[in-house]
Amino acid sequence: MSILKPVLSAHWDEPDSFTIAAYKRHGGYKPLAKALKSTPDEVIALVKESGLRGRGGAGFPTGSKWGFIPQGDNKPHYLVVNADESEPGTCKDIPLLMANPHALIEGIIIGSYAIRANHSFIYIRGEVVHVFRRVQKAIDDAYAAGLLGKNILGSGFDLELTLHAGAGAYICGEETALLDSLEGFRGQPRLRPPFPAIAGLYAMPTVVNNVESIASVPSIIANGADWFQAMGTEKSKGYTLYSLSGHVTNPGQFEAPLGITLRQILELAGGIRAGHELKFWTPGGSSTPMFTAEHLDVPLDYEGVAAAGSMLGTKALQIFDETTCVVRAALRWVEFYKHESCGKCTPCREGTWWLVQLMKDLEAGKGTEADLEKLLDLCDNIAGRSFCALADGAVSPIISSLKYFRAEYILHQTNGGCPFDPVASTLFETAGA
Amino acid sequence: MTPEQAVVAVETVSAVIDGAEVTVPKGTLIIRAAEQLGIAIPRFCDHPLLAPEGACRQCLVDVSINGRAFPKPQASCTMPVENGMVVNTQLTSPVAAKAQEGIMEFLLINHPLDCPICDKGGECPLQNQAMSAGRPESRFEGEKRTFEKPINISSQVLLDRERCVLCARCTRFSEQIAGDPFITLNERGALQQVGIYENQPFESYYSGNTVQICPVGALTGSSYRFRARPFDLVSVNSACEHCASGCDLRTDIRRGKTLRRLGGDDPAVNQEWNCDKGRWAFKYLTTRERLKTPLVRGADGELHEASWPEAIAAAAAGLKDKRVGVLAGGRLTHEDAYGYSKFARVALGTNDIDFRARPHSDEERDFLATVVTNLKTTYIDIDNADQVLLASFEPEEESPIVFLRIYRQVTKRGLVVTSDAPLASRGSKKLAAHLVKGLAEVSGLTAQSVILVGERAAETPGALSAVFELSQSTGAKLAWIPRRAGERGALAAGAIGNLLPGYRPLSDAAARVDLQSAWGVKTLPEDPGRSTSEILAALNDESLDAVLIGGVDPMDISAQALNQLLNTFVVSLEISNTAVTAIADVVLPVAAVVEKSGSYLDWRGIARSFDKGIDDVDLRSDVRILSILADEMGKPINLPTVTATTREIESLGTWDGVQPAFAKRTANPASSDGFTLVSWRFLLDLGSLQQGEANLAGTAKDARAHISSATAASLGVTEADSVVISSERGSIELPVSIRAIADNLIWVPRNSEGSQVIPALGFTSGSVKVAKR
Repeated sequence: MSILKPVLSAHWDEPDSFTIAAYKRHGGYKPLAKALKSTPDEVIALVKESGLRGRGGAGFPTGSKWGFIPQGDNKPHYLVVNADESEPGTCKDIPLLMANPHALIEGIIIGSYAIRANHSFIYIRGEVVHVFRRVQKAIDDAYAAGLLGKNILGSGFDLELTLHAGAGAYICGEETALLDSLEGFRGQPRLRPPFPAIAGLYAMPTVVNNVESIASVPSIIANGADWFQAMGTEKSKGYTLYSLSGHVTNPGQFEAPLGITLRQILELAGGIRAGHELKFWTPGGSSTPMFTAEHLDVPLDYEGVAAAGSMLGTKALQIFDETTCVVRAALRWVEFYKHESCGKCTPCREGTWWLVQLMKDLEAGKGTEADLEKLLDLCDNIAGRSFCALADGAVSPIISSLKYFRAEYILHQTNGGCPFDPVASTLFETAGA
Repeated sequence: MTPEQAVVAVETVSAVIDGAEVTVPKGTLIIRAAEQLGIAIPRFCDHPLLAPEGACRQCLVDVSINGRAFPKPQASCTMPVENGMVVNTQLTSPVAAKAQEGIMEFLLINHPLDCPICDKGGECPLQNQAMSAGRPESRFEGEKRTFEKPINISSQVLLDRERCVLCARCTRFSEQIAGDPFITLNERGALQQVGIYENQPFESYYSGNTVQICPVGALTGSSYRFRARPFDLVSVNSACEHCASGCDLRTDIRRGKTLRRLGGDDPAVNQEWNCDKGRWAFKYLTTRERLKTPLVRGADGELHEASWPEAIAAAAAGLKDKRVGVLAGGRLTHEDAYGYSKFARVALGTNDIDFRARPHSDEERDFLATVVTNLKTTYIDIDNADQVLLASFEPEEESPIVFLRIYRQVTKRGLVVTSDAPLASRGSKKLAAHLVKGLAEVSGLTAQSVILVGERAAETPGALSAVFELSQSTGAKLAWIPRRAGERGALAAGAIGNLLPGYRPLSDAAARVDLQSAWGVKTLPEDPGRSTSEILAALNDESLDAVLIGGVDPMDISAQALNQLLNTFVVSLEISNTAVTAIADVVLPVAAVVEKSGSYLDWRGIARSFDKGIDDVDLRSDVRILSILADEMGKPINLPTVTATTREIESLGTWDGVQPAFAKRTANPASSDGFTLVSWRFLLDLGSLQQGEANLAGTAKDARAHISSATAASLGVTEADSVVISSERGSIELPVSIRAIADNLIWVPRNSEGSQVIPALGFTSGSVKVAKR
C-alpha cells in the first residue's frame, strides 16, 4: 500500500473533478449537511480535537484560532481565506483550487458556521486569472445549488462568499496586510495587538485561514477527528499536500500523512533527475532555511523540521541538484524578497536592498571572505528586527546556504566568478545530464 | 485639568527599565516611560501625538515579562508597559545596542551625505542619533537609491525623497491629526516614497506641521529652504497674531529678519501643531508697502515724510480738545488695546472706541460686555464634551487649532458635533457635523456640552441671544471665538464703548471710581460710546471731528466706511500703506508682532505673551506712540513701555463686582425674495497679514459660488459655468459649485481672489440677484 493518502487530491485525475457534480459524486457537501445539524461550538470542538494545524506555514491549530472569536458580541464576524499563494516554490493551493474548488467552498461554509460569520472572503492572488475564474464559477454554482446565500440547506444559516483578487504583492499573504488590502488599502502589515480575532477585517473579529486548512475541514467532518488523528505524528496530525519541484524526475503534488520524509517522497517521484544527485532543498518554500542530503530522513512535520533547524512552512519541497550554484539561488531568492518588501520597516526595506548588492558581488566573485562575515552580520541585523516575518524569510536562504556551503562562496572568490554553468541546471539542458 | 478629572484615580503599572523602577499610567509606551527616567531611546517614526507605527525599528529594546524574555528585541514605541516588565535599552543590553546600530546603518545606506546643504543639518534627529546610536564608519560600498529632487508636493512644501526615512510621520499627521490624507506612502520596498495623488497637491491648512515633524530634511518649506543654518538663527517665543486660537509659536530670526515660525509646545492649546497661516504668513512686515517713517499731510494736500516730533505734534494738534472717535481694530495686542482704551478715556475724554473692525451689532456689544466677560470655557472642555455646537463658526477656517482639538475628539471617541450653518463646509464634513438650520433645531445639549459661537453671529439679529438662552437652559459651556487674535484682549482692555479696562462695566459708578483712582484722573466719561458704525456715521455727519485708527481695513467693516473717513481728520497707526493711510492726515508707523513684545488673549481669555525678536529703533509699539501723543496733548496716559503697560493691566486686575445682565433680543426673521448671500472667510484669503507670501497663497482654496442643484437647474448652470451675483452696489462672477444648500441661498467666500464681497456687493450677507453668466 502506498504511503500516499490522497484526500483533497483523490479525484484530480478525473476530467471534471472541479465541477460541483463531480464533487457531489464523491460525497461532497454531505459533511456540510452534517455540520449544520450540530452546533457551531460542536464543529469548533471537533476541529480542535482533530488536531488540524494551519497549512499556510505557521502551523497554528485551526480549531483554537476559531475558538478565539468572541461569541455573542453582536458584531459581524468574518472568515477570510488566504489564497494569496506567492512564496517561491509553493504551489499547492493553486492546483487545489483548479482541481477541487468545492472542497474549499464547503470548508468555508462549515468554518463560517462555526465562527458565526455570515460573510466570507477568498483573497486570491491576482496573477492567476484562470484560477480566479474557476473559483468564481464554483462559487456561482454553489449559490445556484443553494449552498451559499440565504438559509443554506434549510438550516437558517446565511452566508455570502466574495472572491477578491489581489494586485500582486507577496506581502498580502501576511494576514494583516491581506486584511488591509481586502479593505481597499495598500497592503502593509498591521500593528498587533489587536489580533485579527479581535479586530480584523473592518475592525471586526476575523479568522484568516489558508486554503488547504479550510479545504481539509469537510473531510474531518465526514470521517471524524479520530480518522484525522490517526494520520501523522504526535503533534502534527493528518494528511497534507507536499509540493515537489525542481530537479526531480516526476515533480508534483504528493498528498501524504505528516511526517513523511523527503527520501520517501523522492522514491515515489522517481528520484532526482537522472544522472544527478541532491545538493540542497527547501522544506517549505524559499523562506525556510535550506536542507541538504543529510536531511533526507528528517520527518516532514512541524516538529521534525524545526528540530533540524528549519520550518515546515508550506511543504514546498524545492529540489536542487549538484548543477545548481547555491550562491546564485540565494541571490535569486533575496532579489525576490527585495522586490516584495513592502517598504514599511527599515531593516527589510534597506536591508534587502543592501543584501542584493552584496550577493551580486559575491556571485560575481568580487567579494572577500570578510564580506561573508559582513553578510552574516547584516542578516543578524535584519532577522528578528523587522515588523513582520518577510525579512526573516529573506535572510534564511543566505544564512542556511552559508552554513552548508561556505566553501562554495569562497570558491566564487578564488575562482574570480561563478564556477557553475547556469545552463547545466536548467531542466531543458540534457547535454550535461 | 478640571476638578472632576483630578479625582479620577489613574491605574498605574510598574516596570524596571535599565535597573530603575518606573511607575506610569497603564497604557504608557515603553519609550515614554523611559523618557520619564531620562533614558532617550533613539526613534524616528515615534511621535507622542501620533498613533504608534513601529515602522523605523530604531527604538528596539530587550524586554522580559515576569522573567520570560522575548526572543527578539521589541519596538519600545509600540509596546505598553506592563507590571513585571524588565526593559533593557541600548544602555544595558548589548543586543538592543547592536540592533539599534544595525537599524541606523540601514537608514544611512540610502541617505545622501548632503547635510552641509540640507535645511535640517544642525537640528536633525537623524544626524544627532546617527552620532549617538550609529557606527563611526559605514560598511556600505554599494549604490545608493536616488530620486529626482525636489518635488513640490504643494506650493509651500517640497519633498526630497532620497532623504526620506519613510517614518510615516507626515502621512500619519495628515490623516490622524489634520484629517487631510492628501499625502500617502506610494510604491513599495526600497522605492517606497511619500507622494501626492496625481494633480492633487498637498493643500491642507496644516501642511507645515509635516515639515516641522519630519525627522530628516525630506520635507522642507519653500519659504525657508536654503535660507539659513539652524545655528545662525536666534529664536524668540512668539504668540500667533493670525487668529484667536492662541498658539504658542517660536520665531526664528537671522540678521534681523524673520525666516520661519514653528509651532511651540503648549499641551493646553496647540499641542505641537500650528496652521499654515500662523507658520508662513509673516512676510507682511517686509513688503514694499511697509511703513517706517511718519507721514504728515502738507499744505499741498500730499503726504510727506516727517520727523517723529513733527508728526506727533501734527497729530496732537488735530486731536486735542476735539470730538474724536477711536477705531482700535482687532489685531492689537492686549497692551496696545489697553493703550487705545486709556487714550480714549483720558486723552480724548470719550467712550467712542470700538475694536470691532467687521460687521457688528449692539446686541453683540452687550453680549461681549455682559456674557463673554464671564466665560471660562477652555480646550479641556472640548476634550471632555459630549457634544460641541458650532454656531456661526467654522473652526477650520476661523480658528484652525480649535478645529484640530474638536477633530481629535471626533476621531478618538466619536464626539458629536452640530453646526448651525447654511452648508457643510469641508471642515464640517471632516467633523461629521450634524447640520442644523437655526438653533431651534439643536437638541441633546447637556452641562457637559460646549457651544462655540463665532463673531459672525453678530450678523444675525437675535443669534447671540439665542445662543445665550441655549447655554442657560441646558447648562452647556459657552465660548465666543472671534476670528482675530486681538479681539478678546481688546474686550478685556475695554476698547469698546460700554466697557472699561478689566471688564469694568461703564454703567457702574463704582467701577468708574475704581478706575479713576487707579489712573489718577478726576473724571471719566460716563456716556456709553459709539460703536464702529456709529463712529463712522458721526464722522460723516461731522458730529465727530477726528478719528484715531489703529490697523483697520475699512473694507472689513462696510463698503461706505472709507468714504465716511474722507472729510475728517484721520490719525492712522499702521504697519504698512493701506487705503486708510492714503487718506490720513498723520500716519504713524508702528511695530509688527516680532518687532515688539506684548501679549494676546486667546478665545479663552488667557494671555500668551511674546518677546521682541527684531530690534528696530524706528518702530514702536502702538501703546508707546499713544503715550507720547498723550504727553504732547498734555493729557498723559503714562504708558511709556509695553512692560509698564503689562504691569498696569496686572495691578488693575479684573472687575469682581456685579455685571449688568444681558438684555436679550428677539430674532426678527428677515424675509427676502430671491437669493440671500451667505459667506464666511477662508483661512487663506486676501487678508492683509497674508501679503507677500506667494507660496502660502498658492494653497488657498479657489472661490466658487455654492448653490443647490435645484437652483443650478433653475438658472440653467452646471459646475462648468459661472454665475454673476449682483447687488445695487456691484457684482462678482464666480464658477459654480453644486452643494447641499437651501434653494434660496448662495454661499461665496468673503474675501478671496475674485470674491471680495464687501467692496463688490456692499455687505457680507443680504439679498442678491444671481444669473448665469
